[in-house]
Parts: sequence; C-alpha cells; structure tokens
Amino acid sequence: MTTDVRPLPPTLSSVVRAGTPVAETAPVKIDVRNLNFYYGQKRALDGISMAIHANRVTAFIGPSGCGKSTFLRTLNRMNDIIPGARVDGSVTIDGHDAYGSGVDVVSLRRQVGMVFQKSNPFPKSIFENVAYGLRINNLTRSKAEMAERVEESLRAAAIWDEVKDRLHESALALSGGQQQRLCIARALAIRPDILLMDEPASALDPIATQRIEELVYDLKKAYTIVIVTHNMQQAARVSDYTAFFWLGRLVEYGRTDRIFTAPAEKLTEDYVTGRCG
Amino acid sequence: MSLRRGERAIEALLFLCALASVGTTAGIIVVLAVETFAFFGEVSIVEFLTGTEWTPLFATKHFGVLPLLLGTTVVSVIALVVAVPTGLLSAIYLSEYAPERVRRVVKPVLEILAGVPTVVYGYFALTFVTPLLQQWLPGLSGFNALSPGIVMGLMILPLVSSLSEDAMRAVPRGLREGAYALGATRMQTALQVVVPAAFSGITAAVILAASRAIGETMIVAIAAGQQPRFTANPFVPIETMTAYIVQVSLGDTPQGTLEYRTIFAVGMLLFLMTFALNLLSSWLRARFREEYN
Repeated sequence: MTTDVRPLPPTLSSVVRAGTPVAETAPVKIDVRNLNFYYGQKRALDGISMAIHANRVTAFIGPSGCGKSTFLRTLNRMNDIIPGARVDGSVTIDGHDAYGSGVDVVSLRRQVGMVFQKSNPFPKSIFENVAYGLRINNLTRSKAEMAERVEESLRAAAIWDEVKDRLHESALALSGGQQQRLCIARALAIRPDILLMDEPASALDPIATQRIEELVYDLKKAYTIVIVTHNMQQAARVSDYTAFFWLGRLVEYGRTDRIFTAPAEKLTEDYVTGRCG
Repeated sequence: MSLRRGERAIEALLFLCALASVGTTAGIIVVLAVETFAFFGEVSIVEFLTGTEWTPLFATKHFGVLPLLLGTTVVSVIALVVAVPTGLLSAIYLSEYAPERVRRVVKPVLEILAGVPTVVYGYFALTFVTPLLQQWLPGLSGFNALSPGIVMGLMILPLVSSLSEDAMRAVPRGLREGAYALGATRMQTALQVVVPAAFSGITAAVILAASRAIGETMIVAIAAGQQPRFTANPFVPIETMTAYIVQVSLGDTPQGTLEYRTIFAVGMLLFLMTFALNLLSSWLRARFREEYN
C-alpha cells in the first residue's frame, strides 16, 4: 500500500492504530439496503447496501463520478432538490426509514448535518451564520442561550479563538480554511447526530487540511461521521471504516486498515495502490 | 504591425459609429446645460427649487418646480408600490419554485409586457383603469395620479421581476444547499438566504425601475391631466415633469423665450435624477458581481 510520507501529528497516529481488528461494539447508526439512485434515466447508484456505525468515521473513496457524493447526499435527502432524481431501496437511521411517507425532511436534516466541498457561509456575520440553524428551528429560548450555543459550536469546530473578537464581521472575510470550519460550526450548532462531510478539505492547503482532519478525529466522540474524500492518505488517516465505490457500485467496505493493507477485491487493491482511477 | 488600408477604413467607420452615440449624449447634455444656464440667468435657482407654484404659461408667472416634482414622485411611488412587491414575489417564484417548464414560458411572457408601446398603456389607464377605479372611488377625477401610477407599475413590473430573478439565480447553489442542510424550508431559504444574498442586485433592479418610472412620459401625459398642483392627493389631476415637457413641446411657445427655456430646466432636473439613479444602480450591480466570483 502507499504509505503517508508526511509525519503524522500525535492525535492522528492514534487514528491509524484504532484501525486494528477488534469486534465492533458501536451500534449501527445508518442501515442502507439495496439503494438505487437515478438521475432521470441514468442509474447513478446500483444496489448499495451497508451499515454505518455510530461514533465512527466512515470514509467513502473512489474516482470522480463513482457515486460517492451522490450516495452521501441520499443520507440526508439532499438529492430531493434535484429535478428528475429518484431513489429506491431503503435508508434507515436509528431504526426509522428516512424515505418513509410520513418523514419530515426538515427534521431529518436537523439530525443529519452536512458540510460541503466548497465552503458556503451565508453572506451574514460570523455569529449569524452559526445562529441561523438555531433561529429557523427555534432551538434556543433566550439571547444568552443563543450566544452560548454559538460559542460552544465555534469551540467545537476549533475556530473560536480566531473569531471571538470579530463575531459580528462578515463571514466572507474569513480565509478558506476558516470558512470551512465556520461551516462545520454552523452544522454542529443544531446538534445533529450524524455529520456528512463532502470532500471538506479538497479546496484547502495542507495546514488547513490537517486542522480539519484533527477536528474530525475529535468530533467522532460525539458524532457519527461520514466523509467523502478523493485523497486516500486522508481516508487512511482519519477513518475507522472505508468504503470503495466504482461506477456507482460499492466494491468493498470494511475496516480502514484492512481495506488499505489486505483488500479482498483486486479492483480495490489497484485503486488504493494507485494503479487505476 | 501595419494594417491594410481597407482595415483602417473599417476601423474608422466603426469608431464613428461608436462616437455617434457618445456624441449624441454629449450634445444633449450641452444643449440642456446651455439653455438651463440661460434660464437661471432670469429666474432664481432658489425660487425654482423651492417655489410651490408652477405657472410659466400664465400671465402671472411662477417658476416653482415642486408641483411637477411632487407629481412625478406621487405617480412613481404608486408605480413602485405596485411593481416592487409583485415583481419580487414573481422573481422568488420563478427563481426558487417554478419548474423549469413553467419558467421557460412565464418569463418571456412577462417580458413581452415590457415591449407594449407606452401610448397603449396610456390609453389603457385613461379609458379602462380610471373608469374601473371610479366604480369604487366615486371621488376620482377623470384625470388623476392613481390610475397612471398603477398602470405604470404594471409596465415596470417585468423590469423588477426579470432583473431580480437574474440576481437571485446568480446566488450560488451551495448557499441554498447550506440552508437546506440546516433544516430550512424552501420559503425560509428563499427569503432569508437567497434574497439577502441577491440584495444588491434586487436593489439595483428596483432603482432602475424607479428611474424608468420617473422618466416615463406617455402614460402620465395621457392619463394624469395637465394641472401642476402641489398636492400628494392621487385622486385629482396633476402634472409630472415629463408631461409638462410634452405640453410645452406640443404647444405654440416661441423658441428662445423664457417659457420655452423652462422645459430645459425641468429636463435638466429630470436628467440629473435619472442619471443619479442609473449610476447608483450600476454601481450596486457591479458590487454584486464581485461578491460571488
């Protein structure tokens, strides 16, 4: 397998060790059965089934266009807003069918937060960006409680110290890495159980990327994290489980160390060693 | 590098074409300025800007432009009251709700409204809208500010909705997704995220519409009456700045007289107002483009 030449920070080296085979004790958080996804006539996902464990980091890897982002977006029904998109099969979160007829998409998305590839802060102040989810969902009763939740979220996203003196300045003035951590804070503010991250570091420099990776490691204590990445070293560094997608199919899914050291499929081995894709 | 002679001739021709419109604009400004200057040689600028009586065509002449200014303002405000809410709501519908099929039909149809000659709107106001309004408002005069104001609102509606919709569609999809991912509904996303993000573009659209309303001539000349009155009452005949210019231009006022020069002074004021609004509008739009590159 390809090895990471960069020295790992202390917190991250322990992530790699965490991948040693032990019996999984964490319960299944998201259970996907035979999921198909179509853009119009085109089938983008083909019979995906997998169980994602609570308080673990699960990485989706695969070449561009393999369906990993599409699959991620089926987990909080973000694809609903795309005209002509259609899903069949089932996604069960905490035992509840996410695509059931009585499901309120708004409360589903409150439970399943999302961070996007391109940071997308609202053109509002730093404070208002984080407060927005609290406001629309009426999650706080007083101004003081709101300020508390905003601070707590900014701290959890490891950006509080950088912005605490300018909370009321525009979020658009922040650097790319800061904007992305602000978006993570915004997602955390409404206290989801699950955090979906769609290539959250792909537009960032190595230092900002490292901060996001450390953050992912810290956050898994409280959240179930699913992260899409095109960077295999990143998958190896941050995740407990890795799923390899190829042409809309799930080729292989398992413990990250096993996927990278002893993959069962030839295709997976070729991909993680850089021979294809 | 040397150009062939033919190419030089073509370049010169193209330059002249470009110069024609710039030259025309410059010519208009010069004529306006010269005549306005001559006008203020005879009438005090203070009287012009603060007087509340406008009777340059009568025996006792007063040159207070405020009645015309107020007439223009009343009609334009009515037009904006009609056009801004309706235009914004239709822009929100077209940009955030309408399926692509609906949008492809509705937007061009709305834009056709902008292609109707204003003289048609003028007679529509005078012969249809005014009698209709009189059924509910018995005190309404045959000529008034209300009816042309409403019709002018309909006329500038496509301008507001089309430009606002362009501004809203220019808001990156990622911002909408960010809001949806936090559990925002479509309405919350549209009103709290998309509209604020498109704010400068929407403001630019509204200002451009206001400038169009202020400069609009035909509808008010036909349906608002020709009585310069210092009143904000929309039910009685009034006169706007543009309608006054039409009135003098169509009459038998001899060239070079003070009465004749009034239209240049009024025209200059009108030009400055719309010019300032257009500048503001294009400045706002330029700023908007910078934000999301």
